[in-house]
Amino acid sequence: MQTTWAYVSNYFVYSAMAVFTISFIAHAFETAFAVRAPEVADSTDGSLLTKTLDYKRTEKTARIATAMMILGFILLLAGIIARGISAKHVPWGNMYEFSITGALAFTGAYLAALRKYDLRWLGLFVSISVLLTLGTAITLLYRNSAPLVPALKSTWLVIHVIAAIISGGVFLLANVVAAAYLYLERVEERGARPLWLQRVPSLEVLDQLSYRLVAFVFPLWTFAVIAGAIWAESAWGRYWGWDPKETWAFITWVAYAAYLHARVTVGWRGRRAAWLCIFAGSTFLFNYVYVNVWGTGKHTYSGL
Amino acid sequence: MSKEIEVPELGFFALIRYAWRQLTSMRTALILLMLMGIAAIPGSLIPQRITNAVAVRDLFAANPELAKWYDRFSLFDVYGSPWFSAIYILLFISLIGCVLPRTVEHYKAMRAQPPATPKNLSRLEHHQEFKGGEKSLERAQDWFKAHRFRVRVEGDSISAEKGFLRETGNLLFHLSLILILVGVSFGSLFGMRGEAIVSTGERFINVATSYDTLSFGKLTGEDSLSPFEIRLDKFVGEYDPKTNAPKDYTAWVTVKDNGKSYKSVMKVNKPLTFGNTRVYLQANGYSPVVTVRDSQGNVALQGPIPFLPQDGNLRSIGAIKVPDAEPQIGFVGSFVPTNARTTGQGAISIFPELLDPKLLFSIWKGDLGLDSGVPQSVYRIDTNTLEKVGLGSVKPGETFTYPEGSITLETVVPWINLQIVEDPGKSYALIGGIVAVLGLLSSLYGRRRRIWVRVNGERVEVAGLAKNSAPGLEVEMQKFVSAIRGEK
Ligand code: HEM
Repeated sequence: MQTTWAYVSNYFVYSAMAVFTISFIAHAFETAFAVRAPEVADSTDGSLLTKTLDYKRTEKTARIATAMMILGFILLLAGIIARGISAKHVPWGNMYEFSITGALAFTGAYLAALRKYDLRWLGLFVSISVLLTLGTAITLLYRNSAPLVPALKSTWLVIHVIAAIISGGVFLLANVVAAAYLYLERVEERGARPLWLQRVPSLEVLDQLSYRLVAFVFPLWTFAVIAGAIWAESAWGRYWGWDPKETWAFITWVAYAAYLHARVTVGWRGRRAAWLCIFAGSTFLFNYVYVNVWGTGKHTYSGL
Repeated sequence: MSKEIEVPELGFFALIRYAWRQLTSMRTALILLMLMGIAAIPGSLIPQRITNAVAVRDLFAANPELAKWYDRFSLFDVYGSPWFSAIYILLFISLIGCVLPRTVEHYKAMRAQPPATPKNLSRLEHHQEFKGGEKSLERAQDWFKAHRFRVRVEGDSISAEKGFLRETGNLLFHLSLILILVGVSFGSLFGMRGEAIVSTGERFINVATSYDTLSFGKLTGEDSLSPFEIRLDKFVGEYDPKTNAPKDYTAWVTVKDNGKSYKSVMKVNKPLTFGNTRVYLQANGYSPVVTVRDSQGNVALQGPIPFLPQDGNLRSIGAIKVPDAEPQIGFVGSFVPTNARTTGQGAISIFPELLDPKLLFSIWKGDLGLDSGVPQSVYRIDTNTLEKVGLGSVKPGETFTYPEGSITLETVVPWINLQIVEDPGKSYALIGGIVAVLGLLSSLYGRRRRIWVRVNGERVEVAGLAKNSAPGLEVEMQKFVSAIRGEK
C-alpha cells in the first residue's frame, strides 16, 4: 500500500528527472553550438583551426541549462519532502531515499559552487550523473515508504545523515573535478586542447578547486562520523564497533586526511594529488554501494 | 669483490635519536596513516569475532584450512590484532613526537612580538606606495587594533600579524586525536560489557551471576559492578500491519538504585544511565510461561522460558529442560506468536505480535546432561542420547498430557535483552571529537597573514604576506589602504 504522498513524491522525482534531462540536453547544445564553423572564404587551405568558440551565441541555452538545473533541484527537494510526509519521518530509511537525497546534495553542491566559480562546463557531467543516480534509484532501489526501525528513531540520525549526505555530494564533486584534471592533463600532453574543452579552466585552477572542495567539507565529514558515533552509542551501547559501515567511514576519513596532508605538508600537486583524491572518493562510494548492498552488519536495514 | 660501503658510526643514543626523528617525520606519519586505512580493510570484508561470531564459526565449518590461516594472521580479530595495534601505536607516538614540540614552539611564537618590518618592502607581495599625511601611522594603528592584529611598532613602521588561530586549531586537532585514543584505550581497559535476558515480571540484579554473557576490560573486574536492580513491568512491541516491520519498542521498568526506587521507560535509543554504566534495550522475544507436572501431578517446573527469535515475525525456538522430573524431561520447542494455519508440518508465524500464539514441541526423556560440566545452550537440547516420548502443541490455557506427565502453557510474556555497558573513557573520546571538529574548522578556514606599513614623510608604503597563499589578503589590503587614506 502506498499513501497519496508517496505517489506525489514519485511524480516529483519523475518530473525532476525530465527536467534534468532537458538540462543535460541544453548543456550539450551549449557546448556544441558555441563552435562557430569557419567562414567559407577562410578555409581555402582546409584548415580547421579557424574554428572559434563563441559562447555569446549560446548564452541563452546556457541560461536555460542552469535554470533547468535549479528547477530540477527544487522538484527533487519537493519529492524528498513529500516522501518524508508519506513516511512520517525524515526520508532516510533505505537506499532509495539515500540515493535521491544524495543526488540532491550533489546538485546543490554544484549550484553552490557555480555561484563562486565559472563551473558551467561541469553541468554536463553533473546533469548526467544525477540522471543516472535517479534512474538507478527509481528502477532498482525503489521501496515503498515504510516506518523506521526503532534504532533509527533519533535526532542524531537526522544530523548524521544530513552531514554525511552533504559531505558525499561535495566529495563526489571534487572527484569529478579531479577526474577532469586527469583527463585534461592527458589531452594537453598531446597538444593544444580541442575547441570544446577550451572553456574548462586551466589545470592549475582545477587542481586548486578539488583541494578547496575537500578542505571545505572535511570538517563536516569528521562531524558526520562523530554524530554517527554518538547515535550508535545511544542505540547500540557502543560508539565504535568496527561495523563494516563504520570501518569504511573511517577509511574514507583517513584517506582524505592523507590527501590533505599530502597537499599541505608534503606538497603534492597535480596528477598524484588528483589520483589520491579520486581514491579517497572511491572509498566513500564503495561504502555506499558495497556495504549497503552486499555487506553485513547493523547498517543494512529494511532490505536495502 | 664488492665495494665496502661506508656507514657512519652511530652511537647508541645517536641511533635512537635518528630513529625518533624518522618516526616523527611527517612522511612517516603520512605512510602510517595510509597504512592504518589499508589495514582496516580486511576487517570489513572478513567476518569479525566481535561483530559476527556466527559467520566466523560458519567459515571454520565450511573451510577449515582457510579459516586456520585467517586465524593465524588474526584476520578474525583485525582491530585487536598485534599488527593493527602496532600501526596505530606507532602513528600516535609519531603524532605525539610531532605535535608536542610544535605546541611549545607555537606557544612561544604567540607570546613573541611579530618580526620586525623588513627593510625593503617593495620586494614583497601586495606592495603599494602612495602619498599620505602625518596621520597615516596613527590610522594604521587604529585599523590594526580594530581588526585585532598583533602589532610591533618601531618608530616609522608597524609590523602586524594575525591568524594564529590556524596553527592553534591545527595543534588542537592533532592533540584531540591523542585524547580520543586515550578515551578509547581507557574504555577498553576499564570498561565492562554484558548481556542479560529478563522476562516480564522478572528482576535483573547487577551482579556477575545475572549475566548471560559478561566481559571485563583488562584492568577491571567484578567488584566494579555498580549495585542496581531493574524489574521489567511491561514491554510492548508495535509493528506495522502492512510490512510487519517493527515501529516502536517500549519497556516500562522499576529501578532500584542507591536505596531509591523509581519507575522509568526504556526505548531503543533511550538507555538507562547509572554513572558510567548504561543499560540498553537491545532485543526482545517471547517467553512461554509453562507449568510442567510429573505423572503424580507434582509441579516439576514453572515459569517463563525465553525462546530465541528466528525471523522477523518472531518464530522462535527454545528448549524447556526439566531436570527435577523423574526421569528427566526435555522439550524441544518452537513458538509462534501468530500461528499460520498451514496444512503442512512445522510452525510459521505471520505476524510478530501475539495474535494467535502457539507452542509446538517434541518431548524427550533421559539424562539431559546438565551435570556433565559441559556448557550447554539454554535454547537447545542434545537429543542424541534421549528417547522420544511424543509430539504436541498447546495454546495459552491448554494442557498437553503424555505418559510421564503434562505441560500447561499458562500464558506468554515478552522478554527483553538488556545490554549493560560500562565505558569510563567515552567522555574523553567525546570531548576529543568535539575539539577535533573545532580545531579542524579553525585550521582549515583560518588565514595567517602579515601586513607591514612604513611611513617616510609623505610617502606611505604597505606590503602583505599570506601564509599558505590563502586568498583574501588582496581585498583586505585594499580596505587597509583606504583606512590609512582616511577614506570611509
Ligand atoms: C591521524 C590522522 C591525522 C589527521 C586527520 C590529520 C589532519 C591534518 C590536517 C587536516 C592538516 C592540515 C592543516 C593545515 O591546513 O595547515 C594537518 C596538518 C598537519 N599534520 Fe596532521 N593529521 C593526522 C595525523 C598526523 C600525524 C600522525 C602527524 C605527525 C607526525 C601530523 C602532523 C601534521 C602537521 C605537522 C601538519 C601541519 C602542516 C602544515 O601546517 O604545513 N598529522 N593534519
